Amino acid sequence: MEFIAAYLPSAMMNDQTISQLPLALPEIVMLCMASIVLIVDLFLNDKTRGGTYILSQFTLLALVVITVMSFTQQKSIAFHGTFVRDGMGDLLKIFVYIVTFTVFLYSKSYLKARDMFKGEYYVLGLFAVLGMMVMISAQSFLTIYLGLELLSLCMYALVALQRDSIIASESAMKYFVLGAIASGMLLYGMSMIYGATGSLELATINAEVMKNTDNIVLIFGLVFVLVGVAFKLGAVPFHMWLPDVYQGSPTAVAIFIGSAPKIAAFAMTMRLLVDGLHGLHVQWQDMLIIMAVASLAIGNIVAIAQTNIKRMLAYSTISHVGFIMLGIMTAEKGGYTASMFYTIVYTLMALGAFGMIMYMSRMGFESDKLDDFRGLNQRSPWFAFIMLIFMFSMAGVPPFVGFWAKLSILKAVVAVDMTWLAVTAVVFSIIGAFYYLRIIKLMYFDTPQETSAIEGASDLRVMLSLNGIAILGLGLYPELIMGLVISVM
Amino acid sequence: MFDFITETALFKEYEVYIMTTIYVLVIMIPLFVAVAYTTWLERKVIGAMQVRIGPRNVGFRGLLQPWADMFKLIFKEIILPSGANKVLFVIAPVITLASAVAAWAVIPFDAEKVLSKVNAGLLYVLAVTSVGVYGVIIAGWASNSKYALLGAMRSAAQIVAYEIAMGFALVGVLMAAGSMNLGEIVLAQKGTNGLLDWYWLPLLPLFLVYFISGVAETNRAPFDVAEGESEIVAGFHVEYSGMTFAVFFLAEYANMILISALASIMFLGGWLSPFEGVHNFLWLGIDMHALTAWVPGMAWFFAKIFIFIFLYLWFRATFPRYRYDQIMRLGWKVFIPITIVWILVVGFMVLGEVSPWWGATA
Amino acid sequence: MTGVQFLFYAFAAMMVFCALMVITVRNPVRSALFLVLTFVSCSAIWLLMEAEFLAITLVLVYVGAVMVLFLFVVMMLDININRLKEGFVKYLPVGIGVAGLFGGMLTWLLYNVEAADLKTKMRTMYPPSAKPADYSNTEELGEVLYTVYVYPFEIAAVILLVAIVAAIALTFRRRTTTKYQNPDQQVSVKRDDRLRVVKMDSEEKK
Repeated sequence: MEFIAAYLPSAMMNDQTISQLPLALPEIVMLCMASIVLIVDLFLNDKTRGGTYILSQFTLLALVVITVMSFTQQKSIAFHGTFVRDGMGDLLKIFVYIVTFTVFLYSKSYLKARDMFKGEYYVLGLFAVLGMMVMISAQSFLTIYLGLELLSLCMYALVALQRDSIIASESAMKYFVLGAIASGMLLYGMSMIYGATGSLELATINAEVMKNTDNIVLIFGLVFVLVGVAFKLGAVPFHMWLPDVYQGSPTAVAIFIGSAPKIAAFAMTMRLLVDGLHGLHVQWQDMLIIMAVASLAIGNIVAIAQTNIKRMLAYSTISHVGFIMLGIMTAEKGGYTASMFYTIVYTLMALGAFGMIMYMSRMGFESDKLDDFRGLNQRSPWFAFIMLIFMFSMAGVPPFVGFWAKLSILKAVVAVDMTWLAVTAVVFSIIGAFYYLRIIKLMYFDTPQETSAIEGASDLRVMLSLNGIAILGLGLYPELIMGLVISVM
Repeated sequence: MFDFITETALFKEYEVYIMTTIYVLVIMIPLFVAVAYTTWLERKVIGAMQVRIGPRNVGFRGLLQPWADMFKLIFKEIILPSGANKVLFVIAPVITLASAVAAWAVIPFDAEKVLSKVNAGLLYVLAVTSVGVYGVIIAGWASNSKYALLGAMRSAAQIVAYEIAMGFALVGVLMAAGSMNLGEIVLAQKGTNGLLDWYWLPLLPLFLVYFISGVAETNRAPFDVAEGESEIVAGFHVEYSGMTFAVFFLAEYANMILISALASIMFLGGWLSPFEGVHNFLWLGIDMHALTAWVPGMAWFFAKIFIFIFLYLWFRATFPRYRYDQIMRLGWKVFIPITIVWILVVGFMVLGEVSPWWGATA
Repeated sequence: MTGVQFLFYAFAAMMVFCALMVITVRNPVRSALFLVLTFVSCSAIWLLMEAEFLAITLVLVYVGAVMVLFLFVVMMLDININRLKEGFVKYLPVGIGVAGLFGGMLTWLLYNVEAADLKTKMRTMYPPSAKPADYSNTEELGEVLYTVYVYPFEIAAVILLVAIVAAIALTFRRRTTTKYQNPDQQVSVKRDDRLRVVKMDSEEKK
């Protein structure tokens, strides 16, 4: 070390960066491993491609271990205020790894059946995880934006990975164009805030904002930042891309888009609105209320009209995003905790629902119609039951964990004296319960259109069962996750 | 001598502009003369290599041949093809020539003889030369001709491919010298071992890659697929005639000389004498440093340029034209990896103070 | 007006003009060429601000490489302008409406703030002091990039890597029908591999 240090320019020697590197250990490991997977994959052929898969899964597991080992409640800011390591970030990162691990596991046989079992899927997936990690640990506008772009770029490519599918290319184009517009909005807003505060670092911005909370330039910037965030989260009225992308992309990609990035998007919202612009919470509360109510209404009502289950899940996502926004809207610690809990629970449920689609799909057949679920109970009673768990949980029926997630949000909203908002949310949830229950009705009370046995890979079956049991188990013991979330907030 | 001019108030007010213009002319006019005689040299050298005589009728040993060619081209009609984009058609050769000439602004001829001591000189050269490709592309497109467009396409792809390798090679030089100022790059090669101190030795792979990429960048044989007279007639300048063609011709040779000058500066120590600091030549006790001290730096510089020019001509007489996909393969799959690896090696050599190039002794 | 100011306004005017031409010219190749000119004027303005590294890099990267490839593609594609312009008139009122609404809102917003008030709210940015002749913009930038901004800088590098991976993943097709030659084998071919000298008895003339 000293040998190198002797040759470094004085500016670099006096810098703290090198001594702060261990804080970013998970990011560094991720980057190295993603690059190694990229290179190793070059030397594998289609028969030995499993090596890429195993290496990727190993990376994610290793990262879980590394992050758990170095888990810290202490908030430390590094790299000249561009990076932050804190309990919330660490916990969210651990869930990102676990969710991505599950995504890779679910999608393996799906990809194999569609000639998509290529190294690029895993390399881009790992880089997307790196993007999420950067977003989660971002402490300045610069890193938030760069992390977001890294994530989005991987996602655009993943959606388009099935090149010969016209619908996939179309949804990739839509995703890309709208995503680019959203990034533009976000950048525009950031530049306004930079103009008003003279800093890109969230802590400095917060201090500046506190001095002068009714600055019109700041509010102007806030509006654009919020538009960008809403685009990425998929909140109404910036939700148009979501159903098309979910429906158009291969299910193995849709499950990824629909799960882990939501955790990162939640972290980004928290960093921007709470860490950076908390001084403007009176303003962003109003905007969030409008978007949350609109998301709940549009998401739940339009989902009823869908016949494609991926599209239906997209609208269901929109309504769940409404709930997450409600929690953040409270601008209270209780609300943030509830939102974080909701986000994590939602990703687990989304994983399961998409996992079921992949479980029922097979070569040349995409099981993404509602009708495909008809009479599932007669074909596979166990997995019909698992699907029942996911649907009940998403609808918010006790004792499943989805119920506790909704309950904690509603509690937080009532705690800030917005009972009318809580009532609205409950009403729309009840409307939304209709389409979740419809699937259960199709599975249990209708006759199947085809009676062939479902062939699912054994690892997929095990993981899917575990996923379902987790939803049930966490519903019985919600404090398992809730306790973790409360401890880091 | 020119006191009566330099004392006037008008001169004093605009001194910078007037003097700069004069310096520019002092560089440009010899450059164009050099270009003219490079064409003569080319015909003579290739003639000799192919056991022919070359031009001999105009002037003594054909020495006036370039002027005859020039006058012929000046008085020829400039034909504008129907359907051509007239503005772009005429601008294209000018862009090519301008980029070839503008780069000379930062070329140091001797320790103090340089028009502009730009700190980012290396970058400036790269940027300015990279603009030259527009001349070729615009010419190909504005001509409204299939052959011309094909030539332009080939040229665009080729130049982009080789510019990366060239840029990486220059990154190695920049790391070795620790400066982007061309004058300082030359001075960094000064030492006590004469030509062994120059960067061609530690940066040998980069040197080769740079010069070969330079040949490709100038669209010269064996990389002249953009012209490819046997397949696409004359490529991008098939529709050009008279003076517009002459400007392309001029630019091509000016670029050749430029690449040769840059290679000399970056890898062969510019104006430095090959016997710099050699007091005991080959252990024979001959003080070559003192013996050659009278030779001006510029002479060494021009001699080095001449070597590269000769290589250009030699290549043209020797190698058959590369096939297009082979050119792409060479650029992307061979040169770029070589340069990337060698940049790493250079980094370690600089860090390890490998003598005699780096460290306290240099 | 000083010389620098004159140059600034000249290049700024050229830049705005070219940028306008980029979006109004009908021919895509000319549009791309105007974009090149926009970049060049922008680079000149940066030079006036003594940011020579940025200025030169803009020319080197955008003009010298990115736009060349862009032109390459634009020339290859036979873009049908008339089809692109289809529906232009149909959507024009909507476009004007949205733009008008947005512009109106912006004006309203800014009009409601006193100009002086806005000045106090936007941070005052003073022009940087002129640098000495031996000041190296490149060196300064390098130092900042590798210390203060090293983390964002590395992420940007990763984004570029992902862009390469994504581009290759989306476009690379190994076509089995292509006749492919291996240059190594071509070069290392021996005479005996190709040529067989056959001994034949000479035939007698009948």
